[in-house]
Amino acid sequence: MQGHVVRKRIYFSIFGSLLALTALTTGMAYVNLGQWNTIVALIIACCKATMVVLFFMHLRWSPRLMRVVLLSALLWLAILISLTTTDFFSRDWTPIPESWESSLLRPPTLPGNLLHRR
Amino acid sequence: MAYSHAASALAHQFEDLEQQHEAASLGMWIFLATEVMFFGGLFAGYTIYRNLYLPGFEAGSHMLNVTIGAINTAVLICSSLTMALAVRAAQLGKRNALVPFLMLTIALGLAFILIKLTLEWRHDYLEGFAPGLNFTFAGPNAKSVELFFCFYFMMTGVHALHMVVGVGVLGVLLVQAWKGRFGPERFNAVETAGLYWHFVDIIWIFLFPLLYLIGGRY
Repeated sequence: MQGHVVRKRIYFSIFGSLLALTALTTGMAYVNLGQWNTIVALIIACCKATMVVLFFMHLRWSPRLMRVVLLSALLWLAILISLTTTDFFSRDWTPIPESWESSLLRPPTLPGNLLHRR
Repeated sequence: MAYSHAASALAHQFEDLEQQHEAASLGMWIFLATEVMFFGGLFAGYTIYRNLYLPGFEAGSHMLNVTIGAINTAVLICSSLTMALAVRAAQLGKRNALVPFLMLTIALGLAFILIKLTLEWRHDYLEGFAPGLNFTFAGPNAKSVELFFCFYFMMTGVHALHMVVGVGVLGVLLVQAWKGRFGPERFNAVETAGLYWHFVDIIWIFLFPLLYLIGGRY
């Protein structure tokens, strides 16, 4: 026989914890924690996902190769989300430089008027 | 050959059953890594627009029914348990447990899709929350609420599509299990289908708080 046969008791305790965490995350939505509501909800979701991956998906008993695949997936997801969000949130930090196209749209200035140019 | 049954379960390109089992699981894990990127694009877009238009996203989220969402989460977790037990039954060669557990998993998966379709999507459509089809919401931040519902229908829709595919795969496995095709030496198909099913469950574990619970309900 290949693969690890998990004891039924483990499956049922994971199942119970997942249901309890679902009730917890639903209940927490009705408590005002300000910005922390989202963070708490995400932490609970990550805990649930970890339990499913480790026990239901047998990663706890799988060869290391499977863990490397999962970690690489999470690494690429982190790159996707972090690079996209940093682009959006840092756009206002630097002024947009004048391009040669926009300089063409500006009314031409006379040589004698150079000092008064904006 | 001493192990005639084992020899028939072993494809000729593998050294032994253990290697065949690992190769099957590894293939499914690599597929799931591509699925992470597939859903990751939606989650990244959701993160950006939620931060840009938070009031509209919160207003849209408050139009959803938390109770139905929580019940559906529980239904999916139950289906994950029955799937895990089905894999266990296949590993132990218990056909009499494998068939009912696969049936239960299919039934719970169909229950999830039916609840989504009849109690949620139909309701959202009739209430005028379906962008492009019937969007009549005219309160404050109507445009951002519409954007939220675009994400809502896209993400839950793609997730439900994965559920439909999963139910189809489990249906094929059920027929094979009925014919007694699985045993301690031949259960890779059940195990890899299980990996896929649990992955779809994990996607919903993140969709539920992000879509139904954002901004709080207090």
